[in-house]
Amino acid sequence: MTIVSDIAKNLELGEDDRVRELVGAALLAGVPPRDLLEQGLIAGMAVVGEQFRQREIFLPDVLLAARAMYAGLDLLEPRLAGAGVPSAGTVVIGSVKGDLHDIGKNLVGIMLRGAGFRVVDLGNDVPPARFVDAAAESGASVIGMSALLTTTMPVMRDVVRLVTERGLAGTIRTIVGGAPVSADFARDIGADAYAFDAASAVERIRALVAVR
Amino acid sequence: MGPLLDRIRHGPVVIGDGGIGTMLMARGLAPGDAPERLTLSAPAIIEEVARLYFEAGAEIVTTNTFGGSPLRLRMAGLEAEVGRVNRDAVAAVRRAVGSGAWVSGSVGPTGHLLQPYGEADPAEVAEGFLLQVAALAEAGVDLFCIETMTDLEEATLAVAAARRAGGGRPVAATMTFEPTRRGFFTVMGTSIPQAAAALIEAGADIVGSNCGNGSATMVEVARQFRAATPAPVLIQSNAGLPETRDGVLVYPETPDIFAESVRPLVEAGVAIIGGCCGTTPDHVRAMCSAATRG
Repeated sequence: MTIVSDIAKNLELGEDDRVRELVGAALLAGVPPRDLLEQGLIAGMAVVGEQFRQREIFLPDVLLAARAMYAGLDLLEPRLAGAGVPSAGTVVIGSVKGDLHDIGKNLVGIMLRGAGFRVVDLGNDVPPARFVDAAAESGASVIGMSALLTTTMPVMRDVVRLVTERGLAGTIRTIVGGAPVSADFARDIGADAYAFDAASAVERIRALVAVR
Repeated sequence: MGPLLDRIRHGPVVIGDGGIGTMLMARGLAPGDAPERLTLSAPAIIEEVARLYFEAGAEIVTTNTFGGSPLRLRMAGLEAEVGRVNRDAVAAVRRAVGSGAWVSGSVGPTGHLLQPYGEADPAEVAEGFLLQVAALAEAGVDLFCIETMTDLEEATLAVAAARRAGGGRPVAATMTFEPTRRGFFTVMGTSIPQAAAALIEAGADIVGSNCGNGSATMVEVARQFRAATPAPVLIQSNAGLPETRDGVLVYPETPDIFAESVRPLVEAGVAIIGGCCGTTPDHVRAMCSAATRG
């Protein structure tokens, strides 16, 4: 087993200490940071995301794998910035105003980082203007909104409307998700995409970024 | 009303109430606001919802305390009001039902993941559930209903609190499962047999499931609970997953569709049948007539 596939395997198992050791050793041995990121961390997290989507593993396993991913990412990020590795894009995420649920939103953040995106996480209870301000300031091309409550879903429409009002539609794409949210609802409010779960959020966001 | 557990032993099936949050939204609960705030600001609305369910035939009417644990109330800035939020909610239901129905003290998740997966300290979570349960007990609930749990550890902490501070009142505990290729699991990975065993071990008298993705799926969940334990089973499905129609959220299962699951649930040996999100007094009325049609 190569060291990068060993990193991916240990990430899948949630072995954060082992991932940290392996990434450190690989960097010392001169393995390019980009390979460690893409074939180690990103590859491992992709497997975890797919296994969770199929419910072969559950939320605790994903959270342990995420911790292992961050253990590796903390070591890699300073090197990646220096090595000029382009990020997959910048995404602003948050749970919409009035919504204090963040587990699903955090999961999307984990998967996005694991897929090489830069993530600006605004937390929960985020008012529409903050989404749009943060996206404009960070140069993000996508705003991802989460809602777990049927009462807070309408806020998503306000965010989409604000993006259009500021003339940013087409520059900043919007994607929505969360338990009560559906593809119909996304279409209805004029969002650019809907994601059923965290793994499909990554796929949809990749597609949104690609068509720019 | 006599003791609930005696009634369950001798039958017939007990009909519970329906959703509370969705009823409160229809009465002006602000988007994203904590339903528990209404107990303090508009107790007449809480009492009205309880009365509507009671008049529809519900024999168990639930308190508006799903988010009434201190950790959950903290998110709404109501942590200091734990006692009042829970006591006043019980009083509102009691005013509506008198001694004509059992008052069920609802206890939902804290909304935080327990360590090591999240930040919540299990000791603090347990302490919070004890505070909530003690307030519900002091105000005179007839039973506790720990509900919508996905984390078995959090669920057992709540059950243990209801056992310890609940004055010997019956404790029901229900979790939310999703269908997977390998059977039903909570998002945290708990199976139906695991849930039944651990909840009873922690002190639950009644176990089962609530919320979920529709009443038809719930019938299968009920069968599996029945197979997993001899304890009484409680099932409260929501009225399907909400859909958007012309920009308005609707739950797809009408009272008639919802009531079609009553006979199969009774045949599966379920002791208590109620509703969750999206169900209304009309759903309860339909369940009552389906249950008595035999």
